[in-house]
Amino acid sequence: MKVVLQNVTKKFPSRNKKEKKDVIAVNDFTFEIPDGKLIGLLGPSGCGKSTALNLISGLQKPTSGRIFFGDDDITAVPPEKRGVGLVFQNYALYPHLTVKQNITFPLENLKGKEKMTKADREKRAYEIAKLVQIDGLMERKPSELSGGQQQRVAIARALVKMPRVLLLDEPLSNLDARLRLQTREEIKRIQHETKITTVFVTHDQDEAMSISDLIVVMKEGIIQQIGKPQEVYSDPVNLFVAKFLGTPPIGVYNGRIEDGMLYIGDDAVGKTNLTENTELTVGIRPEGYILDSEGGLVCNLSGVEVMGRDISIVSTHPAAPDQVIRSIISSEKIVDTSKPTVRFKLKPGKVLLFDKTSGNRIRFEFI
Amino acid sequence: MDNQNRKAWLYLLPALIFIAVFLAYPLIDVFIYSFEENYTSASQTYTGVGFHNYSYILHDADFLQALKNTFILVVITVPLSTGLALLISLGLSSIKAVRHLFQTIYFLPYVTNTLAVGLVFMILFQKTDSQEGLVNALLNMFGMSSIDFISGPYWAKMFVLCVYTVWVVLPFKILILTSALASVKQDYYNAAKLDGASSFRICRKITLPMISPMMFYLIITGFIGAFKAYSDAVALFGTDLNSAEMNTIVGYVYDKLYSDGGGYPSYASAAAIILFVIVLTITCINLIVSKKHVHY
Amino acid sequence: MNNTVDYEKIERRAKIGKTVFRSLIYVMLAIWALIVLFPFYWMILTSLKTYSAYSSEITPEFFVTDPAFENYTEAFSSVSLGDYFLNTIIFTLGTTAIMLAIVIPAAFAFARMNFRGKNIVFTLILSLMMIPNELVIITNFTTITNMDLRNTFAGLILPSVMSVFYVYLLKENFSQIPDELYYAAKVDGTSDWKYMWKVMIPICRPTIITITILKVIECWNSYIWPRLITDDKAYYLVSNGIQEIRENGFGKDNIPRMMAAVVAISLPLIILFIIFRKKIMAGVARGGTKG
Repeated sequence: MKVVLQNVTKKFPSRNKKEKKDVIAVNDFTFEIPDGKLIGLLGPSGCGKSTALNLISGLQKPTSGRIFFGDDDITAVPPEKRGVGLVFQNYALYPHLTVKQNITFPLENLKGKEKMTKADREKRAYEIAKLVQIDGLMERKPSELSGGQQQRVAIARALVKMPRVLLLDEPLSNLDARLRLQTREEIKRIQHETKITTVFVTHDQDEAMSISDLIVVMKEGIIQQIGKPQEVYSDPVNLFVAKFLGTPPIGVYNGRIEDGMLYIGDDAVGKTNLTENTELTVGIRPEGYILDSEGGLVCNLSGVEVMGRDISIVSTHPAAPDQVIRSIISSEKIVDTSKPTVRFKLKPGKVLLFDKTSGNRIRFEFI
Repeated sequence: MDNQNRKAWLYLLPALIFIAVFLAYPLIDVFIYSFEENYTSASQTYTGVGFHNYSYILHDADFLQALKNTFILVVITVPLSTGLALLISLGLSSIKAVRHLFQTIYFLPYVTNTLAVGLVFMILFQKTDSQEGLVNALLNMFGMSSIDFISGPYWAKMFVLCVYTVWVVLPFKILILTSALASVKQDYYNAAKLDGASSFRICRKITLPMISPMMFYLIITGFIGAFKAYSDAVALFGTDLNSAEMNTIVGYVYDKLYSDGGGYPSYASAAAIILFVIVLTITCINLIVSKKHVHY
Repeated sequence: MNNTVDYEKIERRAKIGKTVFRSLIYVMLAIWALIVLFPFYWMILTSLKTYSAYSSEITPEFFVTDPAFENYTEAFSSVSLGDYFLNTIIFTLGTTAIMLAIVIPAAFAFARMNFRGKNIVFTLILSLMMIPNELVIITNFTTITNMDLRNTFAGLILPSVMSVFYVYLLKENFSQIPDELYYAAKVDGTSDWKYMWKVMIPICRPTIITITILKVIECWNSYIWPRLITDDKAYYLVSNGIQEIRENGFGKDNIPRMMAAVVAISLPLIILFIIFRKKIMAGVARGGTKG
């Protein structure tokens, strides 16, 4: 099932009574989720991603704009008639019901033609439970389950009525680090097996990048960029997106173009095809540094962290005043830690330029 | 460590003195009293030890009347008040506008003097030679004849007592249930709504089980409170409850202890212990039932 | 596109159903509000009717055109209602103050200090929570009588002071304060007494306010114990006063004046409630749900 949002806007009345201005949680969203894909809504907290999810689920109504499932306009359809399954951040499992009762709960609400017998309901519940691998826990109460198991029950409950769209609200945020890795693979697998169009909301870019087919990066209610994770990472449209994606984060410097030469602080790092002399912001991905004694970028060396296969060089640069620069280098390279400085050459594709004021990307090439 | 020991007991001492003198000692003493036969406040001596006091009050028409009144009151007001409170709280939790105003109004009876407001109920229901009273005026409007609810037939008096009791106990129950309802997370409702549950089904399958611990708490305390009814009856019918046929067990205890027919602490003790046993039994039954029905 | 129309119809029907349902709820709530408020209205209304006007009404009037305030002055002058007020205030303040003075250190000892027998004593005290007042009041009556404390404030106050439940409530609250705070204070050389005053009491102020308010309400409305222990009108509290007025005083026939007394008695707590509305309701809810 394809999901389409068309100029969807959601405003809330301001909580601050003095300010009569509305809060715009979701501002003029237009995007299409292709059938059977897993899409991640990504942004810092308060960016409106949960509101966007609630608009799709129908728990909230948009102020304007339309939402389609396939060709059906479902903008005005109440949530229970939309055929969506929603996994809540804290799972919202009914504490007084067993796992089986929790899973069969949505099925008991079916009416008319769709009504199921008790045996059918249980059969379906067991099928789904097997899919998410909790079929051994059916008689337990939610309080007797671990966080990861509760998560699976929540997913099972959302899936059991065969929703057209599955929605996950920060599904991994209540799990510990190891379980999070495991569960996100699990979600990916379940989505692949069921082929249900899935939208999931997260503030964790790592999570979004690793399992989404497409990611939507949001900021303050406005979509910044939509694309495949790798594309968005390597080709961000603005500084916000570039900074938001990637660990370690992108190094950000004050730079300028002078006669086509790109300067970071006073270091000349390469000739570009840009002709206008201007101040701008330079972003360099951690993997964009090449250790080279002839390199143009001179950083003050603070230390070296060995991370197994790679090493991370920690340094500072006068043109990046608020930031510690981390560069990832293959561990076969040897860094001379006795020297106070370290010099880098830069990989062309990993250097991104942004407008000083708007933060928009400036495209260029080294020549 | 010894120093800390001594200091701790010092902090506890005032409380312990009060507990010992006014709680623990009387608790033991009341049992002793109840077995001392023919003891009166005037004589200060007793003639024997045994169950005579119990047997006396169990054959005392006044006590049996009080027992009957108390049971009727409990059986009517506990379910009625709990049900009404639930209905009102559910209503309250489903609205937004003027909700706080309603909540505040509903709580008012809690902070009023039972004796004082009881007098208002009395004049509302009373019928005297010269006056009909408001309730009777209403009854007349609907073509019914007047009844004196305050000194008239038994069931009329019981009716007023029940009405007033419900009026007095509801604020607490409404408050507890509304806060219990407010603590049910919105996510559960959203989840159930997405699952297509009707409002009725959400209420029955989600809301009620979630607040069931509080419901049982209210039922238990409701029973205990109703068994101890007394002031409400005094407010409506005056201190001479026996002649009004409206006495309660607690009223009987106090009458035997100190009033026109008083001076018999042994009878009072026996009656108080019977009351305690009844309350304890009902509470235990409640707890057993709630173990079966409260879900977590 | 047929679907769209269908959905809109569903939506509209649901909306109408919702509106009807919601109106029903409002009607129900409004009716109950009326039932709650009506006795208050009636009490004020009646207190403003003159005696002659009231006596001549066969069916009562719902409004009063020329309110008669003399009922209030007469109520205060014909019996010593003012004294009853004063007595009740002394009783309430005395009981509440002593209660706090003994409950707070006890809760502190249970929550913060280690001493031999702590668990046993605490369990014993907790089990006393189940004991109804009716059981102990008989001996207390005898005790106070034997101590010759009938018709004294000491006799009124002392047996009303202790509330095991409040010790429990406060101890639970004290226990929630992290141990680190205590150790930090110890390292800084703070004594236990100072720690209780400077750290625990300020942190647990909401609970202390709660039990104070609950105790004040309880005292203001207390009737049974004062009735047993006082027969001298000089020591009557408002509850006993109003009962006395009703049975032996002007309340027998002069209903408006009695209602004026009732209004006067009810007013202090209602004013207190209006001022501390949120605190009182939150406090009662907390006290109730924790028990």
